[in-house]
Amino acid sequence: MLRYALRRIAVTVPTLLVIITLSFALERLAPGGPFDQEQTLTPAVRANLDRLYGLDRPFLVQYGRYLEALAHGDFGPSLSQRDFSVGELIRQGLPLSVTIGLAAVLLAILAGVPAGILAALARGRAGDHALTALAGLGIALPTFVTGPALALVFGLYLHWLPVAGWERGAPRYLVLPVVTLAIPVAAYLARLTRASLLEVLRTHYVLSARARGLGAARVLWHHALKPALLPVVSYLGPAMAFIVTGSLVIETVFALPGSGRYLVQGAIDRDYPLVLGMVIVYAAFTLTLNLAADLLYGWLDPGARHE
Amino acid sequence: MRSIPVSPEAGGGGAVLELERLAVTFATAGGEVSAATDVTLAVAGGECLGVVGESGAGKSQTFLAALGLLAANGRVRGSARFQGGELLGLAPAALDRVRGARIGVVFQDPLTSLTPHLTVGAQLTEVLRHHLQLTAAAARRRALTLLERVQLSDAQRRLGQYPHELSGGMRQRVMIAIAIACGPALLIADEPTTALDVTVQAQILRLLAELKRERAMAMVLITHDLGAVAGIADRVAVMRAGRLIETGPVASVLGAPREPYTRELLRSVAPVSAPASAPVAAAPVALALEEVSVAYPLRGGWLRRAATLRALSGVTLELAAGEALGVVGESGGGKSTLARAVLALLPLAAGRVVWLGRSLGTLTPRELRAARAGLQMVFQDPLGSLDPRMTVEEIVGEPLAVHRPGLEPAARRAAIATMLERVELGTSLLGRYPHELSGGQCQRVGIARAMILEPRLLVCDEPLSALDGPTQRQILALLAGLRRESALTLLFVSHNLALVRQLCERVLVLYLGRMMELGGTEQLYREPRHPYTQELIAAVPVADPAIQPARLARARPGEPPSPLAPPSGCVYRTRCPYAVARCAEQVPAWETVAEGGAGIACHRWRELSGA
Repeated sequence: MLRYALRRIAVTVPTLLVIITLSFALERLAPGGPFDQEQTLTPAVRANLDRLYGLDRPFLVQYGRYLEALAHGDFGPSLSQRDFSVGELIRQGLPLSVTIGLAAVLLAILAGVPAGILAALARGRAGDHALTALAGLGIALPTFVTGPALALVFGLYLHWLPVAGWERGAPRYLVLPVVTLAIPVAAYLARLTRASLLEVLRTHYVLSARARGLGAARVLWHHALKPALLPVVSYLGPAMAFIVTGSLVIETVFALPGSGRYLVQGAIDRDYPLVLGMVIVYAAFTLTLNLAADLLYGWLDPGARHE
Repeated sequence: MRSIPVSPEAGGGGAVLELERLAVTFATAGGEVSAATDVTLAVAGGECLGVVGESGAGKSQTFLAALGLLAANGRVRGSARFQGGELLGLAPAALDRVRGARIGVVFQDPLTSLTPHLTVGAQLTEVLRHHLQLTAAAARRRALTLLERVQLSDAQRRLGQYPHELSGGMRQRVMIAIAIACGPALLIADEPTTALDVTVQAQILRLLAELKRERAMAMVLITHDLGAVAGIADRVAVMRAGRLIETGPVASVLGAPREPYTRELLRSVAPVSAPASAPVAAAPVALALEEVSVAYPLRGGWLRRAATLRALSGVTLELAAGEALGVVGESGGGKSTLARAVLALLPLAAGRVVWLGRSLGTLTPRELRAARAGLQMVFQDPLGSLDPRMTVEEIVGEPLAVHRPGLEPAARRAAIATMLERVELGTSLLGRYPHELSGGQCQRVGIARAMILEPRLLVCDEPLSALDGPTQRQILALLAGLRRESALTLLFVSHNLALVRQLCERVLVLYLGRMMELGGTEQLYREPRHPYTQELIAAVPVADPAIQPARLARARPGEPPSPLAPPSGCVYRTRCPYAVARCAEQVPAWETVAEGGAGIACHRWRELSGA
């Protein structure tokens, strides 16, 4: 297991480096630059600005300098938000975004997996049909529809929860965004769990465990559940990517000061260091959670450790 | 109603399991389907009842129903009494005190019947702790004793291993250990040896016979293998299409069957002499293998060493045009690798394959593609080797579309229809999809696809192992007929020595990728020279209760070592009862011992044969 873990970690580092390199190159390849937006600058001012930020140097030199600074934890200055460094901007918004993302993943797992198990055990009965239909709805509806709808019902009509905004970290403000973000993932996890568990319940080893008189509960918990969760864990990786991109929408819908808006605004402004910093942070976040999913997979499936 | 009394000769003190008018049905979309009807039988303590019949005869479902293990749409009627108490209708909790504790079950496929993510020790101690309330330490001690009893080598280490780390034979020993862990009064073994090599089959059956004797257990052996029944059963019940058609002591049912169906089953396993040796010497050499070696590189990781698996080493032989060569040996011996190497389906590490005077390795891709029209293959998995989205007509016609694109549609249809007729399939199947066909029909389609280009060489890789006894016999007759019609050269890979004997003039014995012995079929089966050939032949089950128990009792222990670390010198020496120091030091050279390419690789064969 330790060797498997080390192997997985060893793969993660070069992946992050590739992402940094590609993002850096793509950004420079896109037409336009950070100072092409507002009024036209005189060539002299323009040259001064480029020199100040090192944009007049060859591509590889810029790349090398960026990596060197990054190794020291420096994401560089923001080109659009004067007087702020990218690191400062990320530190402002990231904790909130990460909190929403992790809470949504956790909620999706806690709701989706048990729902899938219950549906599989009630296979063909009313409860199964109801859960399956509900899950289909959860997958089909986009978050920019469910978000405002939930805000309307629980905020405006019932007055249970605030509709939007963020008051110094009061958890009440996070409930609706987290639920909205978790719904499609939970729905997908429920369907995945149901299908996977049904398949495992048909295997010979489950039949064999039942023939050993271990009792239905023990057969489910000890013999069927772990292998049934393998495809579920495999999906957690892509689910992270969904949560990360989904949080951009959620932060807009619920007017939350997360870091997602910097990514969108930074891209429009051609704020190279800001966009790059955001991409790196989000990629690192996704890769870390993917790594966690991989390690979980290795723990569930002893065979995978040897591949 | 046919009532079958407990046989007096069993004598183990009354019936342990009594089924009375047991019927099993399944509710399907097409209505109720009957799996078993009116099954009445009994098994006494210390007695082994063999339940035989083709797949789909209802053998397994009858006993699964008695244990309350039917699928959700299954229904059971009648009565199943265990030690006098009724099992049917018992509450799950009460049933779970019987299953696994007083009735042990061993299933067919030991890989899929053990939970993959739990260690051997965990699965064994789980049963002991659950049913006998043993402490963890006591359960572990008992588990170790059990693994030693089922003769699992290196038992202490096995406790911490996962099922995928064990060979098929070892896994089946673990399954048996779990089944007998709580000292059951009845052991139900459902096709316990079907997925195993013939040598391991004999070992497992011998173990089951020993356990039955020393524990005075009642035992039900569900199998399609009459040889297994002859070896360990006291009585036999023959099932067909859900009904019990004949029961009686093993000697009388197998020796003097009353029912025509039982006679048919027996005929399908009767030893048949090899076909008269064709005039091999006169025919020109069609296929020649020269020092062929195949190696599979195993990928190393960042923190792992790369390794090489030598799947085939220095195989040299010639096949005359029209000859049929059987390739036999245990799994991991390199049989399938040889089949693929002959068809240039994988790269050779060394040596060459010469087909009609030309080395396949030197052909350009275009030439190789043209040559493939004459080199065809039939695969093991009849259903899996057919594209599920193609109709029978498309499957059989595909080689024509590839190799004779200019053929008129009418001519192509005619060729397909003729081919289907030759494999004894009606043209009514033309529009069917593979999943609508039986296993035997699928394999006929596979053969039709291989034969439609009139190839000169047909390579069959375990073409019969997924089929029932009677179907095997039919397909075998079909292959023999096609050979007579088309002067086909045949390379027939099989782990079933009895089938090879019926079809092939010569046999090659492979072990860990090396040639052990090559010879004429009759000579090889009557007087095997190589100790490995002797072991294989001795393990072939014979459906004769007068001699099979004694044959089983002589079954040799041992399984092939890992091909990643083959033994030095002669690779077979670790299992060979005649091995001496020289066998570990020197690789035995290939010696030609007779005309027609018969040969052997063994240091001691001359002294052992008394020459």
